[in-house]
Amino acid sequence: METLLEVNDLVKYFPVYSRGIFMKKVVGNVHAVDHISFEVRKGETVGLVGESGCGKTTTGKLILNLEKATSGEVKFEGVDVLKTFEKGSSEEKSRLRRSMQMVFQNPYASLDPRMTIYDIISEPFKIHRHIPKEEWENRVYKLLSMVGLEPYHAERYPHEFSGGQRQRICIARAIAVEPKFIVADEPVSSLDVSIRAQILNLMMDLQKELGISYLYISHDLSSVRQISHRVVVMYLGEIVEAAPTEKHFEHPIHPYTRALISAVPIPDPARKMDVILLPGEVPSPINPPSGCRFHPRCQYATDKCKLEKPKLEEIDRDHFVACHYAMNFM
Amino acid sequence: MDLLQVNDLKTYFFTEAGVVKAVDGITFNVEKGCTVGLVGESGSGKSVTAQSVLRIVPKPGKIIGGKIFFNGEDILAKKEDEMRSYRGKKISLIFQDPTSSLNPVFTIGTQLAEIVRQHKRIDKSEAAEEVIKALKLVRLPDPEEAITRYPHQFSGGMKQRICIARALLLNPELLFADEPTTNLDVTIQAQIINLLIELQKNIGLTLVMITHDMGIVTQMCKCVVVLYAGNVMEIGSIEQIFQMPHPYTEALLKAVPRLDQTRKLISIPGNIPNLINPPYGCRFHPRCQYAIDRCKDEIPPLVDVGEGHMISCHRWRELNGG
Repeated sequence: METLLEVNDLVKYFPVYSRGIFMKKVVGNVHAVDHISFEVRKGETVGLVGESGCGKTTTGKLILNLEKATSGEVKFEGVDVLKTFEKGSSEEKSRLRRSMQMVFQNPYASLDPRMTIYDIISEPFKIHRHIPKEEWENRVYKLLSMVGLEPYHAERYPHEFSGGQRQRICIARAIAVEPKFIVADEPVSSLDVSIRAQILNLMMDLQKELGISYLYISHDLSSVRQISHRVVVMYLGEIVEAAPTEKHFEHPIHPYTRALISAVPIPDPARKMDVILLPGEVPSPINPPSGCRFHPRCQYATDKCKLEKPKLEEIDRDHFVACHYAMNFM
Repeated sequence: MDLLQVNDLKTYFFTEAGVVKAVDGITFNVEKGCTVGLVGESGSGKSVTAQSVLRIVPKPGKIIGGKIFFNGEDILAKKEDEMRSYRGKKISLIFQDPTSSLNPVFTIGTQLAEIVRQHKRIDKSEAAEEVIKALKLVRLPDPEEAITRYPHQFSGGMKQRICIARALLLNPELLFADEPTTNLDVTIQAQIINLLIELQKNIGLTLVMITHDMGIVTQMCKCVVVLYAGNVMEIGSIEQIFQMPHPYTEALLKAVPRLDQTRKLISIPGNIPNLINPPYGCRFHPRCQYAIDRCKDEIPPLVDVGEGHMISCHRWRELNGG
């Protein structure tokens, strides 16, 4: 498959300032995203997984330039995204914006309460002017039906909708500009259990219909397995493992990935859980541990892990692991 | 023996928009020493049930009907000051969000010791010892030092451990855990679940686990109560509800993605009903694939269909082969 989006050595540090009103001094950096590289191919969904604070949301925002990267490169269809947003013409920027969109976690906060649904979905038309005005109305109705809403919903306001319906509106707004790539940041985690399946199915149907690629950011591994073709696992700002979904869940290699997968309770009384309990908690990203960042919680850690940072290496076709002892876990 | 019996409990909220029937005729029992799962989506009435048992339903909510028996004693008939000696001492509660349920301006030691001294006549150093004992029980590292620190100095998982210690300070017989792991990461969730299972075994605690996660219920509970829109849909053992589920439970299980398999998710159409004007008859009928006219008109009773498996559905028997 063809590569659509390429992330190379992307870095984002957030400076931490000392206290005080007059003298603001940088006393350290939060290593939110620390030299990560991965790619998203045409028409596929990449699941970006990790616990809170691992940098997954920041990664999504960096790709769309909603957050300024410290260093690194993002390439979309060969175009350097970060450079274009810095120096490019407004036409080039607008073209990129049209091809990459985002769906946010909280549909209650990401819709303007004073706009009708019609206004919300047609706003992208106003900005990008890619559709003649006389076609707006038809297009809005078509988008509404694509996400499973009715034409009469167009005249209503966001507060009249439930969480699941609002997320449908957010998706309609995102696909209004016919993007090729959507960053979906925990799109179902604020929804009720019985509603989640509706939205996941909708996203998968739209992908089949329109060939959109997704970066699906989530901490919920079960939904990641459902929707993703490939999975990337992050820990403390770094990628520890990347693999095709089936391999990732059936043969995880990295000790962190294995603990993460084992910790998810499965609703099946016939299945005995074999949880790998990790000691302690995720360390602070201000002073991340030396060497392999996972070593303080890893039961297999040796002195080498403390000193030397493992590289992300391909151990099997399309299966990347950052662990000194990856071969032992095969 | 049943430690807790809830009979036809009704807790309504009298809001300006109308009367919200949050809990509308819920019946279930909790056996001593057992872990019972109270499962449902938001708005199903699971938290309000716990609040009703402790009689801490926030305004404008009111318990307007039903009976709650704890160790055979009628809780709803107790006076308010009698009730105070129940809360914490006999029945205790862990909240979903550990950050907002600890007071940020007092040290852990101060706020936990206060609870002990409210209920027992002991001096400060004895109270501190009891606090340290409870913190050791939940395996908080270095409890002697922890009592001098403030809540913001702990991570979410540690705060939840402190909240569990607080709930266990007075050796309650019954503990409600209201979504205790929803705000935590998966690996920390596994630690907390492990801790609760151990505590339940070691100190013979009776635990009511409130959650929307069928996975957690499966791993922790013997018996499950499934709630939907303020009504009980089904009560049964884990095996019973997986083998011959109520149509709602069945739909819920098919709609939830599972880590160990990929399959087409069958979503439940529609939305959770508004509880000011809940659907008549069976409350699940507008979203149920098996619904017939009878489901719209007649409220299905909760009946025992064999071996303690209770079902509230008109069609369950014919759907499960007579």
